Amino acid sequence: MEQIPGSILTLAAGVVITLLSLWASQQSHLFFPEQASEIAPLVDNLFGIMVGIAVAFFFVVQGAIVYFMIRYRQRPGDEEDGSPIRENLPLEAFWTAIPAIIVIFLGIYSVDIFQQMGGFNPGDHAGHAMVGHKHSAAVVAQAPDMNMTSDVPMLLAQADTSAEVGFGASPENVGKPPDVMVDVAGMQYAWIFTYPDSGIISGELHIPVGQDVQLNISAKDVIHSFWVPQFRLKQDAIPGIPTELRFKATKPGAYPVVCAELCGGYHGSMRTRVIAHTPEDYQAWVQQNTVANAPQESPVLLAQAASMTPENRMVAGHIHQMGITPETLAQLHP
Amino acid sequence: MAQAQLPVGTPLTTPEPEHPQAWKWYDYFTFNVDHKVIGIQYLVTAFFFYLVGGLMAVAMRAELATADSDVLNPNLYNAFLTNHGTIMIFLWIVPAAIGGFGNYLVPLMVGARDMAFPKLNALAFWLNPPAGALLIGSFFFGGAQSGWTSYPPLSLITANTAQSMWILSIVLVGTSSIMGALNFVVTILKMKIPSMRWDQLPLFCWAIMATSLLALVSTPVLAAGLILLLFDINFGTSFFKPDAGGNVVIYQHLFWFYSHPAVYLMILPIFGVMSEIIPIHARKPIFGYKAIAYSSMAICAVGLFVWVHHMFTSGTPPWMRMFFTISTLIVAVPTGVKIFSWVATLWGGKIRYTSAMLFAVGLLSMFFLGGLSGVTLGTAPVDIHVHDTYYVVAHFHYVLFGGSVFGLYAGIYHWFPKMTGRMLNEFWGKVHFVLTFIGTNLTFLPMHQLGLQGMPRRVAMYDPQFESINKLCTIGAFVLAFSVVPFLINIIWSWSKGPKAGDNPWGGLSLEWTTASPPMIENWPVLPVLTTGPYDFGGPPEDDDDDSDFDDE
Ligand code: HEM
Ligand SMILES: [Cu+2]
Ligand SMILES: [Cu+2]
Repeated sequence: MEQIPGSILTLAAGVVITLLSLWASQQSHLFFPEQASEIAPLVDNLFGIMVGIAVAFFFVVQGAIVYFMIRYRQRPGDEEDGSPIRENLPLEAFWTAIPAIIVIFLGIYSVDIFQQMGGFNPGDHAGHAMVGHKHSAAVVAQAPDMNMTSDVPMLLAQADTSAEVGFGASPENVGKPPDVMVDVAGMQYAWIFTYPDSGIISGELHIPVGQDVQLNISAKDVIHSFWVPQFRLKQDAIPGIPTELRFKATKPGAYPVVCAELCGGYHGSMRTRVIAHTPEDYQAWVQQNTVANAPQESPVLLAQAASMTPENRMVAGHIHQMGITPETLAQLHP
Repeated sequence: MAQAQLPVGTPLTTPEPEHPQAWKWYDYFTFNVDHKVIGIQYLVTAFFFYLVGGLMAVAMRAELATADSDVLNPNLYNAFLTNHGTIMIFLWIVPAAIGGFGNYLVPLMVGARDMAFPKLNALAFWLNPPAGALLIGSFFFGGAQSGWTSYPPLSLITANTAQSMWILSIVLVGTSSIMGALNFVVTILKMKIPSMRWDQLPLFCWAIMATSLLALVSTPVLAAGLILLLFDINFGTSFFKPDAGGNVVIYQHLFWFYSHPAVYLMILPIFGVMSEIIPIHARKPIFGYKAIAYSSMAICAVGLFVWVHHMFTSGTPPWMRMFFTISTLIVAVPTGVKIFSWVATLWGGKIRYTSAMLFAVGLLSMFFLGGLSGVTLGTAPVDIHVHDTYYVVAHFHYVLFGGSVFGLYAGIYHWFPKMTGRMLNEFWGKVHFVLTFIGTNLTFLPMHQLGLQGMPRRVAMYDPQFESINKLCTIGAFVLAFSVVPFLINIIWSWSKGPKAGDNPWGGLSLEWTTASPPMIENWPVLPVLTTGPYDFGGPPEDDDDDSDFDDE
């Protein structure tokens, strides 16, 4: 040890820690479920960078703690005090400045990611008013009880249904209407998806891959939270406040839709699926269901929904226990 | 200023016959106004609630060992969840750290005979038992089930009686904490012995000062929010009823405006405890006294502007998401300053491996990890994904268990000799530490993975794909539950039969070590005069008369 100068050891440790943290940040995506939306890689990268920084800090700080605990332990018989060092201004300035610079960098970086995710543009969908109007009429005619977006303005006595919160158009889509719009209503303990253009009502979310999808989210009874882990997207469904999520799925497949906000006893069972189709499959699904969406299907769904009004919450819970889940709802609906 | 209200160096009038020099055991069950009695009352009561909250946690973990809801029915699970969180925060950490250690130590550390308002102090304590009784009593009415956050509309429609009891209970502890905070501020400002300069004020007192200021600003807001909620539930108002024009997001703002700072209410006093324990057991002055004192104040100031990071996925407009991302990240800086200062205090020390020191150093590493995951949660894009998942549960347990509970244990091992006049058994203290350290990491480390992968929190039943990791957490929770056993036995045995401690078993330099263990009523026969600063280890006190930052007005 005597021969190796301390600075070389420090340098070597620095190199090892840097390599380790780079490696860790590369591996961080392993913690996540697969990436199935356009923004998933952005979020994972931000997280990865933080993992890299955290690993470096972890080794430096924990390393120092362990090293000091061993190196400076009291030896038997040594009753003296340690060295009376009280402060060291350059050192303190250094370790205040380093984290400050890092958090400023992380702050700017997250604003940038947030911008790319469309976080600054909720409510931006030229043509929404028109589309929204059309669908309201259609769905009211078809299934008055199910139509969240028409209740909300009534409740709040405001005509504007466009959401101010959530994720809106990504920068390249600003000003363009989304390709597909779906109204999402959360209620104890199910998600109901309504397609304003075709009038389809479903217990599972079907979307085309590679197209700009917008979800208009509302809640019937209490707060729920719409989460698709594979999309890295989450937005609360809040009674009285419309919210939205706009995104592009990138990989065909079926992913879980999870309710993330405590919404009652059976909160844990409020799960369904989102199915990302290829655009052709999606068209086929729409065709099939628009034709099949004849009035005789609706009563089933409505009966189901009626049993889930707040007064019948417990019933809804028991329905869950009986195995009638949104999946079943969807199957009732060929 | 008028600090010198108490005559310095004047002996107490000779004790009259009916004026006892020590309290009897039954005095601890009365409306006693002595700050030391009140401190111990707080600590013992809080620890009792810790055991109750811990049992609830174990029951929840037993439920979560399998994906189905088999041990507790889902509504009962939610009641346990709500009361576990509430008890741990409002009836364990806050009362133990501020009420317990604060009351016991602040007057002793500043050289006062008691708190500024002793009766108010006793009153503040006696609000706690009824609050706890209300909370536990609420189980007879189904138990409050909407989480410790109690967001409406859920809290408006489930178990109304229980929910009202929950609200009253929180309002009681909130009132208690406002009374306590006022008392601390006045005590520190007015009753510090005149010979103590501000830069000789023990860091624990700085921390209690910051905590109290924070409590005074934020607690009334919570009380307001909860009272509106109570009105909505019981008196037909509709502040938070969406179908009658109410706004549910306003409640979240009111709630988090208090409850985010509440996190600092829990951690700042513990930071103070750390700053007392580490120098004594490392036999070194604290490194960066001023940095630590200032950073408490900085955390207190910035901490008031970060609450919306709990609402990134709620009804929060874009600019707010970004503003609060940045303010949240900034809190990491003063917190980091403290951690680095403590680590630097170890450097060049003669570290004693006492139980107190082990818990303190254990806290350093656990809290550090919790802080790192906290930074990831501060950035809105990542938080959107992991909010309301087990990642968050992992994060806050690292901070609350690894940070606060470890600190409380460290404080108990450190000051037990002062409080009782007897030493705790060090061997069982170390067993306790090892079990707690292993248990905490085993329980909470795997939860990060659960959350990232897609398991939401507050669920009694979950997707079976998460079962194996959950089993691991449940085993960890049993280890943790078991870890309390050596501690409890140690406390009970040592309190009556432990070896005598002497006045200053650790060789501390702050004023509480200048009196007897346990201290007499009124603390000193003659008020002490400062001869050293609290951290003058390893050499003559540093001559820093030239720095004016902390000098008295
Ligand atoms: C014995 C060790 C502990 C175990 C095994 C444990 C376990 C748990 C579990 C399983 C949950 C429920 C998570 C969920 O369903 O979302 C929970 C929630 C919580 N715990 Fe703990 N916990 C422990 C100690 C603590 C301590 C010491 C504190 C704080 C001082 C604490 C504070 C909380 C809080 C605030 C919640 C959230 C409650 C809510 O979501 O409403 N826990 N804990
Ligand atoms: Cu839900
Ligand atoms: Cu839910």
